[in-house]
Amino acid sequence: MKAPSFEYAKAESVDEALELLGRFGDDAKVIAGGQSLVPALNMRLAGPSALIDIGAIGELRGIKLDGAVMRIGALTRHCEIMASGEIARHVPLLAKAVPNIAHEAIRNRGTIGGSLANADPAAEWPACSLALGAVMEIAGQNGRRKVSAADFFQGYYTTAIEPDEILIAIEFPVISADYRSAFMELSRRKGDYAMVGLAAHARVSGGVFNDVRLSFFNVADRPVLAVSAAAVLEGKEMSVQAVEQAQQALGDDLDPLGDLYCSPEYKIRLARVLTGRVLSQLAAG
Amino acid sequence: MSGGNAMEKTYPVTVIVNGTPMTALVPARLTLADFLRNEAELTGTHVGCEHGVCGACTVRVDGRTVRGCLTLAVQCDGAEVETIEGATEDGRIKDLQDAFIERNALQCGFCTPGFLMAADELLNDNPSPTREEIREHLSGNYCRCTGYQAIVEAVEMTAARRRGEAQ
Amino acid sequence: MSDRPGISVLDRPNSYIGRTVERPNARRLVQGRGAFVDDMKLPRMVHLAFCRSPYAHAEVVSIDKAEAEALPGVIRVVTMEDLKDIMTPWVGVLDHLKGIKSAEQWPLANGKVHWQGEPVAAVVATSRAIAEDAADLVMVEYNELPPVTDMMTALDPETPVIHKELGDNLCFERNVDEGDVDKAFAEAAFVAEETMRFNRHTGVTMEPRAIICDYNPADEVLTLHMAVQCPHMSKNLYAKHLGLDENKVRVICKDVGGSFGIKIHTYSDEMAAGAITVLLGRPVKFVADRLESFVTDIHARDHVVKARMAFNAEGEITALDMDDVTGIGPYSVYPRTSGIEANQVVNLTGGPYKHRNYRCRARVVFLNKNVMCQYRGVGHPIAVAIAEHLIDRGAVALGLDPVEIRHRNFIPDDAYPYTAPSGAIYERQSHHQCLDKLVEMMDYKGLRAEQAALREKGIYRGIGFVSLVEVTNPSPAFYGVGGARIASQDGCTIRLDPTGGITCITGVTEQGQGTETIVAQIAASAVGVSMDNVRVITGDTDVVPYGGGTWASRGAGIGGEAALQAGKELRKNILKVAATILQSDPEALDIRDGAIIDADTGTERMPLSELGRIAYFRGDTLPHDVQPELVVTRHFVSRGFPFVFTNAAHACHVEVDIETGMVKLLKYWVVEDCGTVINPLLVEEQTRGGVVQGLGPALFEECLYSDEGQLQNGSMADYLVPMAAEMPDIVVGHVETPTATSELGAKGVGEAGTAGAPGAVMNAINDALGSFNVSLADMPFTPEKVLRALGKV
Repeated sequence: MKAPSFEYAKAESVDEALELLGRFGDDAKVIAGGQSLVPALNMRLAGPSALIDIGAIGELRGIKLDGAVMRIGALTRHCEIMASGEIARHVPLLAKAVPNIAHEAIRNRGTIGGSLANADPAAEWPACSLALGAVMEIAGQNGRRKVSAADFFQGYYTTAIEPDEILIAIEFPVISADYRSAFMELSRRKGDYAMVGLAAHARVSGGVFNDVRLSFFNVADRPVLAVSAAAVLEGKEMSVQAVEQAQQALGDDLDPLGDLYCSPEYKIRLARVLTGRVLSQLAAG
Repeated sequence: MSGGNAMEKTYPVTVIVNGTPMTALVPARLTLADFLRNEAELTGTHVGCEHGVCGACTVRVDGRTVRGCLTLAVQCDGAEVETIEGATEDGRIKDLQDAFIERNALQCGFCTPGFLMAADELLNDNPSPTREEIREHLSGNYCRCTGYQAIVEAVEMTAARRRGEAQ
Repeated sequence: MSDRPGISVLDRPNSYIGRTVERPNARRLVQGRGAFVDDMKLPRMVHLAFCRSPYAHAEVVSIDKAEAEALPGVIRVVTMEDLKDIMTPWVGVLDHLKGIKSAEQWPLANGKVHWQGEPVAAVVATSRAIAEDAADLVMVEYNELPPVTDMMTALDPETPVIHKELGDNLCFERNVDEGDVDKAFAEAAFVAEETMRFNRHTGVTMEPRAIICDYNPADEVLTLHMAVQCPHMSKNLYAKHLGLDENKVRVICKDVGGSFGIKIHTYSDEMAAGAITVLLGRPVKFVADRLESFVTDIHARDHVVKARMAFNAEGEITALDMDDVTGIGPYSVYPRTSGIEANQVVNLTGGPYKHRNYRCRARVVFLNKNVMCQYRGVGHPIAVAIAEHLIDRGAVALGLDPVEIRHRNFIPDDAYPYTAPSGAIYERQSHHQCLDKLVEMMDYKGLRAEQAALREKGIYRGIGFVSLVEVTNPSPAFYGVGGARIASQDGCTIRLDPTGGITCITGVTEQGQGTETIVAQIAASAVGVSMDNVRVITGDTDVVPYGGGTWASRGAGIGGEAALQAGKELRKNILKVAATILQSDPEALDIRDGAIIDADTGTERMPLSELGRIAYFRGDTLPHDVQPELVVTRHFVSRGFPFVFTNAAHACHVEVDIETGMVKLLKYWVVEDCGTVINPLLVEEQTRGGVVQGLGPALFEECLYSDEGQLQNGSMADYLVPMAAEMPDIVVGHVETPTATSELGAKGVGEAGTAGAPGAVMNAINDALGSFNVSLADMPFTPEKVLRALGKV
């Protein structure tokens, strides 16, 4: 199981990376941490003509609080997010999600930008960015542009990033005091991709839910916001009845596909269980 | 040159392997694990799956553990890499290795270098891990022989001894 | 000498028997200095990769290798046409499995492919990467045939026959009908009945299969560096099928990265490597990658069993009746056959219990899936789970505690030796003692009280028990009588070195289980030297006595006894020489801690190094009629019983989340009786590892095939192996009932954990969900299956 042959070029700057992408063409792929790409290469599921290594571009690294925005460089590794006190304070959903990502040795190498650009529908970061309404900054030959998480994920392993573009950074809104986050996934084994997962974010004041965002993952070809369930909860207090109504409404929000180990019906069932558990967490603070 | 064919383009890399710089011409597709095994001839890093799941190829790159099979050698130009051989020579994990032997925390030994590298990192990050934390941290490494309990106990024992608690 | 009447060699002062000692070979492994096959490079060595069938069943219309052979670095692309003249095919049958049949099997596709992953062409190149590049360029045209993938319809007349020459898809059938089963069922107070499924899974050794074949045409010697359990068996098979002089085939097996029954069979790709080194006259390395492992390493189990058990009103089992279908691959695996698994199910189901009415039909059918063959625990997990599930159902129906119903049914202690209705003969077992000790160890009463209290809070915990018998220390009845050249005897040579240390050379092999350690313990104890002065050599057929290696839990019982007898004889020989030198009587002397001593006083008379010096270098100083014989070989074969059965009692504690169906393993207990315990820590760790290899398939592991015969989860990411976070702590206790078939009294222990765990976890889950009136008997118990049983999906 050795990767097929490909060329390699290391970029020192974003401009150089873009230039290299232009030069090698559509068959080239960008490599960041490589934690999803290299297995695909080794299994010969991917056969790029060249890899453009952006790992040395310092500009793409780091976590920076800028007013109401937490800007995370695309090359920031999962372990750096895990270790960040600022993230835990200002975007706690990310801190809650990150221990669920694979295992330490993967988190030490994998990057948030790599995960988002890979857009695995079972991955944690896409769901979190959708729950929080994150904005992706993308660089191309014609400059930089910003895309909301809602528009960024376009299907299985497909994003708004064009073949000649790279993801630069992700901007998360800093959480205000009356908002709460919860994250939960059900996986067969620690570190596995979730059977179903839920990244949730809501304003909870005086026990009342507002602006609830329930972002499910591994239920479709991309993360899904459960808008009907959220609408049911708007302005309601935590109660058995409210939870049941939200769980019921999920039928309108989700139409999961089955996978190797879970049927669509089972996934719906798990999504409902997660909804109940996550709402309890949100309510409890 | 391992892994490539005569026509294949190669790239110069200098990797500091266990403290010693090593320069080689490698094809882009060569993984760090294969580089270490075939170029550096450090065969303590084992290859169990080549898709990043089993953890047998766990080594340190610039101080943190990584999967040797999910890292390309060309990505490691200028990086410091430590393998089980380096960690052994360093002497830092002797107590951990002794505990593995004492507790019979290895049978076939194929996964063991990866477990030691992972456990070493855990004990550096957290000198007092609970059994659950040990199990969770080591869950990225597969062992097919022991059933894991002996490994958990060897790590727990080492942590206790490092804290000066008799065990 | 010290083994005068009443004092066994096992009780000698400073005996290592029964003591936990460190494994001498562990230090190199923790330092990454092991010697696994893939660590080796030989001059002019080339690498193999295979072009494998993407289809489960197809005709090979044509193979175009031109483009592949043109790739720089490719030495040759080999197809069956290239090998036909230099080797012979094999057929996986044994004489004593009456009626078993299989088709001729070649190393590469011979006009047809029969499973996804079957090798079609072999690419030889200067590196594995290039060989893989070229394998992608081999153009094979296939004509797809309908695959046979459902074992339940494989024998139906409308199902295609995989091998026309065999007439049907039946590989093997065995029937037993003892006592009056129908009468017992007619008179039963309660009948428990269930259809049970035992999933296909596989071994996932951390080190994949690996071999370097090195043929030297000048002296016609073939050297095989292999990760293998049975070096002598491989030596025989490569010689036989490559037409070589068996005396000129050498198998060298150093460190093996786990085997569990995977590295004991004949694999097409490895045989192809052997043929290709003969073809090319240079060393050929083949290391299976993980994706190849999943489609070619033998798979295990795959049974559907319809079973029923009759009880009288007192909860005594009066009869057992069952029908087992096993789906194997397109071939019975050579040379051990794929019939042994089902045969063991027939032999062992209900083994611990005293019922006399037993009917069983077992049929083994061919499928277009990867081959199925003996894997750790061979048939036992099925046999154990069937009876233990049904007995629990009986307990519930009759209002008995699961512990009590087992005690009521165990073969009475005074009934041994005992012949079961299947024909299995038990020398002596300790079911009552093991279960009593288990119940005490686990605080059974406390757990039941906790279970009831938590149930009130909506927490569902369950406790599952199994009692089991396990085949170990096989006699020639296992394979030898069937015509296979698989040794059940084993030998050990022990040499006193001039340094005073000893070297043991043994035919049993080390796969990580600790064989070298227990051989060293036994030899050190028998001779009278310290462990530090013992070296053990295994795995090289040019060096070690002819032996069977590692299978059927035989290393300690067979290899250990050979070491004991060799050590005792060497001690006698040493004392004879010592008596001459010291002008004493051998009876008055002994050896302790590497020195000759006075047996009565313990006073040291002479270190062994001095005896070695005199014997090896100053023979001139010894009387003419004294010839020191300081190398001794002894062999041992188990006789008297076909097998020496161990027994054990297991208990599993689980919590089931009735909202998600997820099962959490809380704790596990085992009390095992492997006879004389040579090294308690090694016994416990073999047990723990074995249990986890049983928990895996019960909860996680399954080779999922599509109806088209495509393996759908053939990667480490998709095939779920147990990991540290989900596995429980496992408490192990011992009862010792030594076998009288050997002086050592040791039985095997490597497989009993795997035999019991699936049944125990199944019973625990059903116990947890008892109030819902569900019966889960379809492994693995995935969360979705649990919820479906609860009617929540």
